Amino acid sequence: MSNRIVVPFGPQHPVLPEPIHVDLVLEDERVVEAVPSIGYVHRGLEKLVEKRDFKDYVLIAERICGICSFTHSVTYCNAIEHIMGIEVPPRAQFIRTIWMEYSRMHSHLLWLGLAADALGFENLFMNAWRLREEILDDMEATTGGRVIQGSSKVGGIRLDIPDEKLGEMVDHLKKIRPLLEESNRIFTHDNTVRHRMRGLGVLSEKDAWDLGAVGPTARGSGCDMDVRSSGYSAYGELGFKPVTFPHGDCLDRCLVRSEEVLAAVDLVERAVAKMPDGPIEEKVKGNPTGEYFAFTEQPRGECMHYVKANGKKNIVRHRVRTPTFTNIPPLVKMLEGVELADVPVVVLTIDPCIGCAER
Amino acid sequence: MIEQKHTIIEIAVADLLTKTEEYHAKGHRLVQIGCTPLGDCYEINYTFTTSWDFESLRITVNDGDEIPSISGIYWGAFIYENEIHDLFGLTVTDINIDFQGHLIHTRVPTPFKNAPAVTKVPKGGDAS
Repeated sequence: MSNRIVVPFGPQHPVLPEPIHVDLVLEDERVVEAVPSIGYVHRGLEKLVEKRDFKDYVLIAERICGICSFTHSVTYCNAIEHIMGIEVPPRAQFIRTIWMEYSRMHSHLLWLGLAADALGFENLFMNAWRLREEILDDMEATTGGRVIQGSSKVGGIRLDIPDEKLGEMVDHLKKIRPLLEESNRIFTHDNTVRHRMRGLGVLSEKDAWDLGAVGPTARGSGCDMDVRSSGYSAYGELGFKPVTFPHGDCLDRCLVRSEEVLAAVDLVERAVAKMPDGPIEEKVKGNPTGEYFAFTEQPRGECMHYVKANGKKNIVRHRVRTPTFTNIPPLVKMLEGVELADVPVVVLTIDPCIGCAER
Repeated sequence: MIEQKHTIIEIAVADLLTKTEEYHAKGHRLVQIGCTPLGDCYEINYTFTTSWDFESLRITVNDGDEIPSISGIYWGAFIYENEIHDLFGLTVTDINIDFQGHLIHTRVPTPFKNAPAVTKVPKGGDAS
């Protein structure tokens, strides 16, 4: 009979950009149970809402994450705008959508690079991050920030993008599109990638649904689930369709992200083509009273911001449910039966963002 | 403005498991469990959905009340229930994976707990 031992994985590990700890119960080299724990970077940001003006708090909401930053600020703004009945001008909605898709591109390219690095495929890692720089250049040119933009505000956006610049952005995306397709082709067909990821860490469609998986983790298991389908911001006017893959393994979670980079390029092009003229913000008067659950699709998946307000400038409660937090139970299921050497790859495929998860 | 429809249903703690069973039987997924401290009590929202119309069951509890775990119905609920225990100090009973307060390591225990009521005592006065 095999002996069981417990191997601690993390919180510091070469494959983990942020600290998460998992106690792996092993039988020989195989994981029979995984027990996660977090809390190494708990900042208590949600509590700060009680001390800050609800309009200024947008900048704190944006700092929940260093990658999905812009989408966090938009989700928070959506919640406040719904409570206060603020109609955000269409141009602001379109520009928010463009920046959200740029965030998705740079987040996915970051992850694809990390995945290639975890596989030991260093050229692919450098290629993905080189492409990410091209995306960040446009983010910086239009907002002034690479990962923290500070461009969203309650009622709209702080900065417009001139039509001429929008045209340049589309030209730039057209130029780098073949490079993105080439990168996508390698992730899809290369033997090294397939050999290391195909059939590994399988999460069935039923398990993904039952365990609350979201984002590429769910769509890689065949769940046709993407909040952009609900049509928030400008997505309702862009003919959005979710990317799904059926096998539920590490490779399919990877391919969802790889395909979504190209889908984001298409969405940006369509948003620029349909860009309406007009103002970029609506004046905000008074303080919010009421509650609202706002949902958006971040690069890592469905994100929820719950806001409860009582008519004062400080909000009563801001609760954020990030995609990584809800993807932890599915991760526990994925790890069962996996070889110890494959654990880093499986953990990476949920794209864990612990700063986000702990807030 | 796109409205993501959200219905909130207030229920008693005693009905939580029965109502949750009903959502599970109808094929809803658990979206989140979130707690809101309201000074003298806590609101807990259990959110479910099958598409983009959301429904939340809401219970109201006080410090010291016991909340039954729904992790027997939704296995992944343990992550939210342990979070509520660690941040708010509420007791959730029969969680399938109970971290006993060690899921989230915080410098201050239960940092989001309602602050205890404080009676200001004037100098030389009587608190009663």
